Amino acid sequence: MADALVLTRRYVDIASLWVRAAWVYRTSFVTLVVANGLLTGLDAVAIFIMFSQLDQLGGFSLHEVALLYGASSIGLGIADTLIGSVERIGEHIRTGRLDQMLTKPLPLLLQVCADQFTLRRLGRITQASIVFAWAATYVDWTPARAGVAVLMVLSGGALFFGLFVMFSCIQFVTKDATEFSNAFTYGGATLTQYPLTIFPRELMRSLTFVVPVAFVNWYPCLYLLGRDDPWGMPSWLQFCSPLAAGAMVGVALLVWRTSVRHYTSTGS
Amino acid sequence: MSLGLYVAVATRAFRRYSTYRAATLAGVFTNSVFGVIYSYAYLALWAANPDAGGYDKVDAVTFVWLGQALLMTVALFGGGATEDLAERIRTGDVAIDLYRPVNLIGWYLASDLGRAAYHLVSRGVAPMLVGLLLFDLTLPVSPAHAVAFAVSLPLAVTLSFAIRFLVACSAFWLLDSSGVRVATMGLSIFLSGMLLPLVLFPGALGTVAEALPFAGYVQVPADIWLGRHDGSAILLHLGFQVVWIVVLLGCCTAVLRAATRKVVVQGG
Repeated sequence: MADALVLTRRYVDIASLWVRAAWVYRTSFVTLVVANGLLTGLDAVAIFIMFSQLDQLGGFSLHEVALLYGASSIGLGIADTLIGSVERIGEHIRTGRLDQMLTKPLPLLLQVCADQFTLRRLGRITQASIVFAWAATYVDWTPARAGVAVLMVLSGGALFFGLFVMFSCIQFVTKDATEFSNAFTYGGATLTQYPLTIFPRELMRSLTFVVPVAFVNWYPCLYLLGRDDPWGMPSWLQFCSPLAAGAMVGVALLVWRTSVRHYTSTGS
Repeated sequence: MSLGLYVAVATRAFRRYSTYRAATLAGVFTNSVFGVIYSYAYLALWAANPDAGGYDKVDAVTFVWLGQALLMTVALFGGGATEDLAERIRTGDVAIDLYRPVNLIGWYLASDLGRAAYHLVSRGVAPMLVGLLLFDLTLPVSPAHAVAFAVSLPLAVTLSFAIRFLVACSAFWLLDSSGVRVATMGLSIFLSGMLLPLVLFPGALGTVAEALPFAGYVQVPADIWLGRHDGSAILLHLGFQVVWIVVLLGCCTAVLRAATRKVVVQGG
């Protein structure tokens, strides 16, 4: 436990270093935060424009889709802010910086994640929270639902954390394939903006059991909205987000550890 | 003679990008994943409203894959030759570019067209084939439409180049142009039709969006492919792209002149 505290403090130290560095270019920093909020908010705007053409998308109304969108985007925002830099691992391998990091008395994952930490992704979290808050006014809140909502946001962050870390490991094998992981991280986020009823059944199943992004928002949101599962999946799945998140993070850390163990420097 | 030079620059740019095969493959995969997600989203939208925006569902899904094919080709996320320019302005190396007995805008435009050609044959054609395999898509209705589409592509790239060039030039004054870059990226994605076809935008928003240069990135070429215009209407839309190109390249020249006169190159 004390260990975790020390590590958190180290993470914060490195992160605040980068925040201070960014603050030197103040105008640019502020523009970046605002621009990030607007840019990531475009997906929300797209949903609102879509609903100017229809009343229900896949059997879900605007505020229900907004709830899905907000939950997924907050989860992605949290993961992206805290550990989004892990995506640059290929760059560290290419430049040899990873070798330097390996000599330092701190876990590699922590260093890679804290490297080039930036608060500009707060833009995404802010806009997603606004959408979520608006959608939440339509939810019939009970203590159990509030609990599930909190767990949903935390699990969502953890699930995206797992996806980011796991798919970044591909870069240990091929150095230029950063974009491959985007299909799973940002792809997962885009996909979960929509009710899963719009996809084929097999896809919904693989999003539950293979790449479990359905737990980011779909199952817990069904509970918040008091809806029966349109696919007839068991209702206890609606409480399983923390389990799915735990499994995802576990697998991701295992993949990370194996990758680092087999890492050979580029040698330049 | 000078045309030969620009062709040489473009060829080198083409080859430079074609070096990164793994990156290309990863990119094609990611484009395809997003293509599939948006296809299902649009299918749901058009199932609820079968002639939204005057498209039918086949048009809509074709639009998705055209968008994925054009994403990298017209550099909707930014990047390309203008990225090199921005970096060279930051480091001061742009001074060397200004020495050269070649038109600086022409040099970078040639380089960007070379890049775009590579992205078209790789990141454009491959996802389109995936789309054709998985979904029911329309092909250009006549050879004339196919030719017009082919003409609209380099125009779209040049249009986007002119805007990216202006963004890069903001680094002469701002020291760090990333804020402006992200903001422009948002505008490009939102107003090009990439996020949602502009035909779905309600009222005045739609009118304004269709009049701005960004419409020339995706919406104009896509509508030509889908056969939404005939005869002189096609020429009108190609003319729309040309007019904006003339205006924006004029701005590029003016801005570059102002920059070289007013700003002392940083770095050293």
